[in-house]
Amino acid sequence: MIPACPLASLPRGEAIRLDVDPPIAVFHTEDGEFFAIDDTCTHQDASLADGWLEGCEVECPLHASRFDLRTGEVDAPPAKRPVRTHQVVVEDDVVYVVPSEAPPNLPPGVALKGQA
Amino acid sequence: MRTVCVVGASLAGLLTARALRAQGYAGRLVVIGEERHRPYDRPPLSKDFLRGALGEADLALEGEGEQLEAEWRLGVAATGLDAAARRIELSDGGTLTADGVVIATGAAARRLPGTEGMAGVHTLRTLDDARALRADLLRARRLVVIGGGFVGAEVAATARELGLDVTLVEAGQAPMAAALGPDMAAPIAALHERRGVRLLCGTQVAEVTGGDRVDGVRLADGTLLPADVVVVGIGATPTIAWLAESGLDLGDGVLCDEGGATSAPGIVAVGDCAAWYDPALGRHHRVEHWTGARMRAVVAARTLLSGGIERPEPPRPAYFWSDQYDVKIQFIGHPHEADSVSVEAGDPAEGSFLAVYRREGLPVAVLGVNQVRLFTRWRRQLETAPVQAG
Repeated sequence: MIPACPLASLPRGEAIRLDVDPPIAVFHTEDGEFFAIDDTCTHQDASLADGWLEGCEVECPLHASRFDLRTGEVDAPPAKRPVRTHQVVVEDDVVYVVPSEAPPNLPPGVALKGQA
Repeated sequence: MRTVCVVGASLAGLLTARALRAQGYAGRLVVIGEERHRPYDRPPLSKDFLRGALGEADLALEGEGEQLEAEWRLGVAATGLDAAARRIELSDGGTLTADGVVIATGAAARRLPGTEGMAGVHTLRTLDDARALRADLLRARRLVVIGGGFVGAEVAATARELGLDVTLVEAGQAPMAAALGPDMAAPIAALHERRGVRLLCGTQVAEVTGGDRVDGVRLADGTLLPADVVVVGIGATPTIAWLAESGLDLGDGVLCDEGGATSAPGIVAVGDCAAWYDPALGRHHRVEHWTGARMRAVVAARTLLSGGIERPEPPRPAYFWSDQYDVKIQFIGHPHEADSVSVEAGDPAEGSFLAVYRREGLPVAVLGVNQVRLFTRWRRQLETAPVQAG
């Protein structure tokens, strides 16, 4: 588990980016749920933590593909592949992320730092 | 409805076909595309594809294993339409009659008269255009770009990144001025100059010189700019000539109501070829942006399937983006409605800022330059409280 942030520093409707490799975005929805996905849009190098959070979906800030935070599925182009999802655990007023072991769907031209 | 024919296999056509299926249409679906390629994404053609960072497979708009259950007729153009009979004539001599027709034939790059057939003179609209331009740029040293709109400014930026000597000739005050307004186009012009583009604004082109192959561009004042390659980026015209005898109402595009319905029943139009009535502007208006096609595809499908009974929500203000060098330019709204514009974050001199355009104190448009997060907040504000333009 990666500690993400104190619960109090992530209000509803907000997101933060964890500078891991690849980066992870953690969302606190207006309904009070927590979700974590890879931060990089699967279409192009854009930070989904900067995107437009609405319900359980985030819209990429550049080209408006929407990702379902629960499943990672994308609604329409330009992105075509789902974004990887991670588990979130809240314990003792701290938000943690349990990183997925599945391979990430990074956009063309973006590599893991270890492979850059 | 048992047969729907989508004429045009690019973004607007594909997304409307997809929306028809998503909205429950289970009948026969035929998609006609003049280009032989499967649907592909055009914005990267002047940017990452031209630079060589993306390949052709990366441009595909269809998902892996996507099943639209459509009949694809690619490499075939529609050459005529009888709107009353909904009968489409095809370039291969065939005809196709449908219960519903989606017109999504897009727009074609405007050409400079007198340059037809001259090697080294390019327009950029299609994948084939982009392939040919990239091949030419890789052999060239000096590029002259005529026109500083999206295509011209993006090609100039990409060509600089490829190491070419670039001159951009713009008839107006600054590149991108039509889209951003003159005040905020100035920092974009400065960006290009910092990156080594020679900008000639307020400048008219007299002729493109050369024989079989281009060798230069002569300006109205007589100056000759030597060139190995010339890119002409002077806008696009809607592809509607094939509809001249159709009986449909045409203007600057296929005239449609605010739901995409044309003047004939059972026929909608969407994307760059369509001029939808915009209630906020009080007139028909062609939106050539990617996001415009995306938003309107869903509405057009609903209009077609409901026979026009379902009325659309008021349109969201147009949003577009442009990538030039490592700079992300994002814009939403109507800049020409504004009576003031002010920088509210960052600093234009440092290449990262956000500007708000206002009319009588109310925001009508927002520009973000490398301000992705803040721009998203503003875009949300403008989209959820629709702009009342004059």
